[in-house]
Amino acid sequence: MKRREFVKRASKATALAAVTGIGGWFFHDRKWFIYEPAIVNKPDFEVASNSTLPRLSLTRDEDHIAALRDALNAIGGIRRFVKPGERVTIKPNVGWDRTAAQAANTSPLLVGEMVRQCIKAGASEVIVTDVTCNEARRCFLRSGIRDAAEKAGAKVLLPVEDDFLVMDLRGKLLTNWPVLRHFVETDRLINMPIVKHHSLSSCTIGMKNLYGILGGRRNQLHQEIDQSIVDLAAFSRPTLTVVDATRVLMRGGPQGGSLDDVNIEHTVICATYQVAADARAVEFLGLRADKIGHIVAAEAAGLGVIDYHKIGYRENLG
Amino acid sequence: MTIRTVRNLRRFSQILFFGIFFWLILETNFEVSFNPDTISEILLPYPVSIALQFDPLVALTTLLANGTLYKGLLWSLLIIIPTVFIGRFFCGWVCPLGTLNHWISEIRSERISFRGKGRMESNRYRKYQRIKYYIFLFVIAAALFGTLQSGLLDPLPLMARSIGTFVLPTLHASADGILGWVKSFGVKPVSDAAQFIYDLIAPLILNFRRVYFHGIISIAILFVGIMVTNRVFTRFWCRGLCPLGAMLGIFSRFAVFGLEKDEKTCDHCNLCLLNCQGADNPDIGSRWRQAECHLCLNCQASCPRGSLSFKFFPTLEGTKTNPATVQQVDITKRKTVLSLAAGAALFPMLRSGDAHKINAESKLIRPPGAVAEDDFIARCIRCGQCMRVCPNNALHPTLMESGIEGVWTPILIPKIGYCEPSCTLCGQVCPTGAILELSMAEKVGDKDHPPNRIGTAFFDYGRCLPWAMATRCIVCEEWCPTSPKAIYLKEETITDRQGREVTVQRPYIDPNICTGCGACEFACPVNDRPAVYVTSVGESRSPENQILLRRKNPPSVVKGGTA
Repeated sequence: MKRREFVKRASKATALAAVTGIGGWFFHDRKWFIYEPAIVNKPDFEVASNSTLPRLSLTRDEDHIAALRDALNAIGGIRRFVKPGERVTIKPNVGWDRTAAQAANTSPLLVGEMVRQCIKAGASEVIVTDVTCNEARRCFLRSGIRDAAEKAGAKVLLPVEDDFLVMDLRGKLLTNWPVLRHFVETDRLINMPIVKHHSLSSCTIGMKNLYGILGGRRNQLHQEIDQSIVDLAAFSRPTLTVVDATRVLMRGGPQGGSLDDVNIEHTVICATYQVAADARAVEFLGLRADKIGHIVAAEAAGLGVIDYHKIGYRENLG
Repeated sequence: MTIRTVRNLRRFSQILFFGIFFWLILETNFEVSFNPDTISEILLPYPVSIALQFDPLVALTTLLANGTLYKGLLWSLLIIIPTVFIGRFFCGWVCPLGTLNHWISEIRSERISFRGKGRMESNRYRKYQRIKYYIFLFVIAAALFGTLQSGLLDPLPLMARSIGTFVLPTLHASADGILGWVKSFGVKPVSDAAQFIYDLIAPLILNFRRVYFHGIISIAILFVGIMVTNRVFTRFWCRGLCPLGAMLGIFSRFAVFGLEKDEKTCDHCNLCLLNCQGADNPDIGSRWRQAECHLCLNCQASCPRGSLSFKFFPTLEGTKTNPATVQQVDITKRKTVLSLAAGAALFPMLRSGDAHKINAESKLIRPPGAVAEDDFIARCIRCGQCMRVCPNNALHPTLMESGIEGVWTPILIPKIGYCEPSCTLCGQVCPTGAILELSMAEKVGDKDHPPNRIGTAFFDYGRCLPWAMATRCIVCEEWCPTSPKAIYLKEETITDRQGREVTVQRPYIDPNICTGCGACEFACPVNDRPAVYVTSVGESRSPENQILLRRKNPPSVVKGGTA
């Protein structure tokens, strides 16, 4: 081997050895995957309270759109809640691949009307979305909500994997959990539950509907359903809760299926207090709020009061 | 029209049919719009499996195996009848797998750029090309006895299966992976650009959501293997292995269209041989083989002296340098008999094993509307269309769950996806009637029909939270879609380890109501092996695979009260 060649080869060999060694040293015991959840302020979309207005209003009217308008106007009208240029997310319950008549999902009529109200108030964008249980496309189609919301001018967004943010919910039970970003990255959140029977929590109304802002393995939440609902209700404060009690699923909830299980009530409730809304709506199921674990726990956690007569309740039974 | 124009027409035809085929598979997807007020069932807007119904091998083998031509399979006459007169035009002009093999074979490589004797010799007719006839005869005989194996190697089902369950899901995973990687740098303009490109591509070729398939690697190996062999021999698959090509070759036995060679003008430049796709000996000096020719017309188009021409009623010279004789397929009687006998023997051999019914895998859950197992095996061509269309990613290709006989037939894996009660898409896309089309009433049942059942759910109480862990959970009951629910709860007060009283609702199954949809298994929070699971027993399609002597009517619900 010539000297020149020796020097060349030896230096290349040394360089390769050095790169390998330094590389090994550099990557040694390095923790790339330290998991940092997004810390965002709690999504509080509530409006300032106004003591001259009721906090809870109920209207019974066979014209469901009129019922919604009346109940909404009684608590201040849409302009109190949505200001021009704001981005609004509406969260109906679109949990299941069921038709509107089966009363497992929020009425598309009401969702459509709510969208129109928001647009009328000058919302820059109205998003309708939900993290469904059954396949999202089927739920949004069969419930009629996609059609109604799109016709009314909303953007219907089906949840996709990329749209979940892992957030620290800072609850007693719920900490790091994936949340659909449209429910936190918005200006106003309108929760639009339907009143349904549920075997574990007795009822699925407003606060339970917030399960639908989460992704991940939410089937584990049922193990401590009351605390997880309270944690969610403490985390996410909707501007407005609009309860669909036009049809009420009395049995076989939360999915239903049989029309025999549905009571027709023609009622819409609008509320700025989630706890009060649930407390009133649960009566449609023949239940009392002070017997419902998660509603009682929510009151105990200071999220609202069960005795809705105390906080300004107005009803119009048509 | 010059021969070069005709060759360009052939190229155009290949692109067109490949495009149509690919598009149909992309459309085999739950991307439909419907209004629930006007229509109760979700119907696909296009007959997405129609390409498979043009396949004569599908038609012939399903006909032999079950005695009928299902639905649109009569379309295959449009391929087979012209083939009788003009030869294997399908292979050169239409077949999407043939086209793909053509393209992959033509990509530049050491073999292609070395334009010499090696390539020419590789394009001569070789004995390995007989293998496809043996395969064809084998599957034909097997089909006649009732086991349909043609779909494993039939190019159209193979292509549909490979694209649907391997290529597209892999593309999706790659696209997501690349996007995530680019975004991980955290440079906003770069991330935005990547997202923009992704959003541009996604609606064209990616599913609404990622899908995952059981046994994907076995499908990938065959498909990639076929692609790779093109780098060794031009269109090795088409020449040597394709049973559909063999069938079309046999049917072109009496073709009236063929290659006429003029030895007087030929100067033996061998350009024809160099460009030959089918290895059918277009050159002067060897015998042209109709059954191998794909009618790609490369030989005629590349001949500088006009010595070759495709014609109706060609004069087949019988000289020493142009040794034309009667056209026949190059297989001996002995081998024909042997292949048929082997195919025939396959059936009793397979059925002497235990995988078919005798000791069938308990988790072999077939799609809703699937016919009884004997008939199912006689119909399923393993095209994977049901797996592609399933909106819940519930249907998967089997590996060994239904024995070697049923490789890549559909199995429902509830842990990955359950069967949506209101969905009948798999029956809509099945091209051979292995899965029958169900109406909504037949699927979920009504006063006149019992529901279609695919199995029955069972509890593994040792893993169930309220049963074994004094923990509240009702998720299976919540998800149970029947009305009334097949899963019912009984409230029980038990004591936990510390002796505290805990009230739990313990779930039970009512086998009279359960349809085996698997929603409970899918939703169970016991992630790795769910505490509730479905097995095939009780499936509507089988008279034998049952539990109850008689299924009672569901108990009537007491009106008024709430649970």
